[in-house]
Amino acid sequence: MPGAIFAEGLVKTFGDVRALDGVDLDVPEGTVLGLLGPNGAGKTTAVRVLTTLIKPDRGSAVVAGIDVLKHPDAVRRVIGLSGQFAAVDEYLTGRENLRMVGQLYQMSSRAARVRADELLERFHLGDAADRMAKTYSGGMRRRLDLAAALVVSPPVMFMDEPTTGLDPRNRQQLWEVIQELVAGGTTLLLTTQYLEEADHLAHDIAVVDHGRVIARGTSDQLKARTGGERVEVVVHAPEHIAVADEVLRGFGKGETKIEEHTRKVTVPVSGGAKLLAEVIRELDTRGIEIDDIALRRPTLDDVFISLTGHAAETTEDETGGGEREGEREGEEEQEREQEPERKGTAS
Amino acid sequence: MSTVSDAAAKAVPPGAPGAFGLVGRSVRDSLVVAKRNLIRMLRIPEVVIFGLIQPIMFVVLFSYVFGGSIAVGGSTDPSTYRQFLMAGIFAQTVTFATAGAGAGIADDMHKGLIDRFRSLPMARGAVLTGRTLADLVQTALTLVVLAVVAVIVGWRTHAGIPKAIAGFALLLLLGYAFSWIGALIGLSVRTPEAATSGGLIWLFPLTFISNAFVPSDNMPTVLRHIAEWNPFSATVQAARRLFGNLPDGYPVPAAWPMQHPVWASLIWSLVIIVVFRSLSVRKYRSATG
Repeated sequence: MPGAIFAEGLVKTFGDVRALDGVDLDVPEGTVLGLLGPNGAGKTTAVRVLTTLIKPDRGSAVVAGIDVLKHPDAVRRVIGLSGQFAAVDEYLTGRENLRMVGQLYQMSSRAARVRADELLERFHLGDAADRMAKTYSGGMRRRLDLAAALVVSPPVMFMDEPTTGLDPRNRQQLWEVIQELVAGGTTLLLTTQYLEEADHLAHDIAVVDHGRVIARGTSDQLKARTGGERVEVVVHAPEHIAVADEVLRGFGKGETKIEEHTRKVTVPVSGGAKLLAEVIRELDTRGIEIDDIALRRPTLDDVFISLTGHAAETTEDETGGGEREGEREGEEEQEREQEPERKGTAS
Repeated sequence: MSTVSDAAAKAVPPGAPGAFGLVGRSVRDSLVVAKRNLIRMLRIPEVVIFGLIQPIMFVVLFSYVFGGSIAVGGSTDPSTYRQFLMAGIFAQTVTFATAGAGAGIADDMHKGLIDRFRSLPMARGAVLTGRTLADLVQTALTLVVLAVVAVIVGWRTHAGIPKAIAGFALLLLLGYAFSWIGALIGLSVRTPEAATSGGLIWLFPLTFISNAFVPSDNMPTVLRHIAEWNPFSATVQAARRLFGNLPDGYPVPAAWPMQHPVWASLIWSLVIIVVFRSLSVRKYRSATG
């Protein structure tokens, strides 16, 4: 029995670019799949195929048990789509936008009105409901867009980089909404460039690069494949480096790495926070003064470097797909530059 | 944020036929989109206002600048020309709906909203039909204002109210037909700016190689034939006849559309609608596929 979202061998080319190069997906009902990948990996193209916006050159897809290629209109009744570029009419108010979408989902105008009011309340847009959407902030627009995708409470949702370009507070808010949805039984396919986001929201992660799924699994599995966690110690005095190195070698499961000029010693470990406490005790026992100690987890960059041999940040030849997507991914890149995502020290 | 659990309950069952039949759905969706476009027009009134200024200038300029120099039906009386001219200006005005529809649709196609529309279970042609219907409303408003200005400068109808209304109906039908040409242009170009200029350029030869501003019988033979078979001329001629604005002694050309302008106008407009609507809807469907 295939999942709520099922795709097999999806291929889509735009000119010379193979945006999708044989993608298989299977998302069990009520779960979240995070499609993780850099700009131009084919994430958006995959979402566009599954939401009936474009036809694949090859392959098949089934959403909520309905064949996407044979019955696109039936698929449209059971899906919600929310993208990175808020798909709302700027000159309509929030309320007018939601009513229009409700009516186009074939609700009666009364039902659409009631539903719009409910959603405005739920997404904290009540005060701005009668203002034109062009006066909204980025976060408000994104919430309105998500509300529009939820007008019929679709059992299957697609979100294309829902938090790209949002500030941390808005991102957090959106995450909460998404978690609520999933708790309510919605099946969700989410694309993101942030490992942290996939980690936080998704049950399973599929890593995409150059139109292919290059790895899949839970976030723990993926991190394990990238070499997992490591402990980093910065000692206070240079003469303590050798001792620290000896201590870390005892706890680590691989070679230590020493950076003399920063007095930093690093070792791959497994065992998490508990192990970190033991390391600290041991260093303390030996009388070594430390400036900093941290347990580092792999970032998206680490995942990518280990899986593909190139960093996620590089955009070299990754043009995405087609003019439209090329255009979009360009904008995406600007946003990334303005807001570099770095994973903080976990301790 | 409490009502998440209604998810399954409110979902429309897969494959269920819309609450309205297919035609009903198409009409309803088109009206929903038309309403959206009309709201936008109210919020950006500049577009409507500029759309009014140009035809009003044409009425005034042609009436007073050319009025005394153009002979119609053997008369150089400026007021005769004014009677003759108005149907031409009206017809030219309704064709400008082309540019509006084209720019509006080109603009929509480059925004995220079109993805929303395309992912909704709505009638496929509704985005375009809604736009052309909204343009029809705008064109009708423009015509009303223009008719008032025309009356002020001395234009009158002489064939009774019902025929005058029929004349305006034919003009609006032509405008509606042309907005479908605009829709196809809007879907075929890359930017809204291109749709605006692309929607306007061809209107100048179309409206000038016609009987709109001067009688066609003084044109070189080739142009005269084009003018006589021009769909635009048919509507101008039909409106003139229905308004009673053809001066005594005006020689009606022998070409069939000029002899039967009302029929010719109806046929032309309907053919344009059928052809360009089909082409546009097909283009829309495959636009990003």
